[in-house]
Amino acid sequence: MGILGHFQKWLVEHSVPDWASYVVPALTGIIIALLFLFLMIIVFIYLERRGLGRFQIRPGPNRAGPWGVLQAFADFIKIVTKEDIVPYAADKPVHFLAPVVSFFSAIMILAVIPIQKDAYITNLNIGILYVSAISSLGAIAIFMAGYGSNNKYSLIAAMRGVAQLISYEVPVLLAIAGVLLISGSLGMVDIVESQNVPFILLQPLGFLIFFIGVGAELNRSPSDLMEAESELVTGYHIEYSGMKFALFYLGEYGHMVVASAVMTTIYLSGWKGPILPPAMWFLVKMVLVCLVFVWIRATFPRIRVDQLMSLAWKFLLPLALLNLFATALEVMWQDKIGWEQFPWPFVFLNLGLAIVFILVGSKLLFKTGGGQVEV
Amino acid sequence: MKFEHYGLGLAKGLVVTLKHALRRPMTTQYPEEKLVVSRRFRGYELVWYEDKCTGCATCAKSCPQGNIEIVTVQQGDLYKVQKFELDTGRCMACGLCVEACPYQALYMGMGYERARYRRREVVLTKEDLKPSPERQPSGYAYPEVAEKLPEQTLLVYRK
Repeated sequence: MGILGHFQKWLVEHSVPDWASYVVPALTGIIIALLFLFLMIIVFIYLERRGLGRFQIRPGPNRAGPWGVLQAFADFIKIVTKEDIVPYAADKPVHFLAPVVSFFSAIMILAVIPIQKDAYITNLNIGILYVSAISSLGAIAIFMAGYGSNNKYSLIAAMRGVAQLISYEVPVLLAIAGVLLISGSLGMVDIVESQNVPFILLQPLGFLIFFIGVGAELNRSPSDLMEAESELVTGYHIEYSGMKFALFYLGEYGHMVVASAVMTTIYLSGWKGPILPPAMWFLVKMVLVCLVFVWIRATFPRIRVDQLMSLAWKFLLPLALLNLFATALEVMWQDKIGWEQFPWPFVFLNLGLAIVFILVGSKLLFKTGGGQVEV
Repeated sequence: MKFEHYGLGLAKGLVVTLKHALRRPMTTQYPEEKLVVSRRFRGYELVWYEDKCTGCATCAKSCPQGNIEIVTVQQGDLYKVQKFELDTGRCMACGLCVEACPYQALYMGMGYERARYRRREVVLTKEDLKPSPERQPSGYAYPEVAEKLPEQTLLVYRK
């Protein structure tokens, strides 16, 4: 039972009316999730801008507040005071709802993330399924924005974006399936509890596929095709301004926060770790994942749309299937060998398998670089 | 077998950016931190030495724009400069007046923050052009002045 469950029990014991014992913990959970998300979004925006600055040998924003920590607030105030323009020919309800859907899908995922052993809003026994279902709502938000604006550039961007999101959903889910085989549960708390060794070591190839796929689903730099400034002005939210644009911006970073939280939970053993308190470990791991995202963004140029698709379908998908197959075999032999006691041979076996699979996949399926164009 | 096409190239790129992230930022934080400009800098309009000036108006004649206006009055054997005005709104800092001056009374300046709020402030009078702590002569056309000035900071030498 989580903290909110205890709170509800406490309310019932103190003879609070029935309806209140359901509504009050729910509202508390929503407020906690919102506060956590906003706080982490501000931290992530700060890390992204300062970190990107350091990668480009400049200090980054350092004027607003000490070390520029108030820059996000300054930007927010500037955006909110701008005029909210709705195009004359826009589909008004869709145009209005798109940023809301984009932002709230991020909050909804946060409901199942365990920050600590008991610190979750709800412990769904289908946690990871819920996460992948809700994160697909982002694609709908993007298409709503692109279609509702009635603008050809935003529509092109939205179609590119939806194609990309749907393609990358497949290898990501197959990579998660490897984790599920080992942990034997879909619940987020159970997944963390079963990680004696972080799953990034037991599933290196799965983590790589998951990381690339999530990076593509977040539309972050190497695969930010639908936001390609040089071609599509700014992509699907070209017709948005003021508070609606701010919501899209928050939603983008909210999805990044949630993605790093999910990644921490299922691959980096969540709150587990020595010395530091568990919740602190969770936050540290989230920030580390964020910094790696920034590092990737600072390094790679944008990939071409056909290469993006062939990376998903020709490279990541077969590798995810191979990874799933190998994991399934290992889990099948688990009883004979005793993997709970001796996970380290499997760590090295899986690392070797990952290298072999990547080499074979690159040789036969899809090569990076080379400048080849195959249409 | 070259591994660059098998993901090693990507890893190499990541290492390169990581090395850059550990460097000191190159940015000069401008209003607080200023670089030393070239010793032969054609900067803050002009620096004019009243005691050396004879009011010969060679500078006014050499100016392609006709920006310098000189009025002199006779005082015994000498001419005293009554009015020396420079319209910096039209000055292109070509330095011809400095090169033309036969009495070494005109120098280019070392300053460079020359934006003004009002148009009339752009026309500099005799008092404005005199040397002051903010208004130091540069070594343009005067190598002996240039030798004594500090060397220019070049960003190339920064690690």
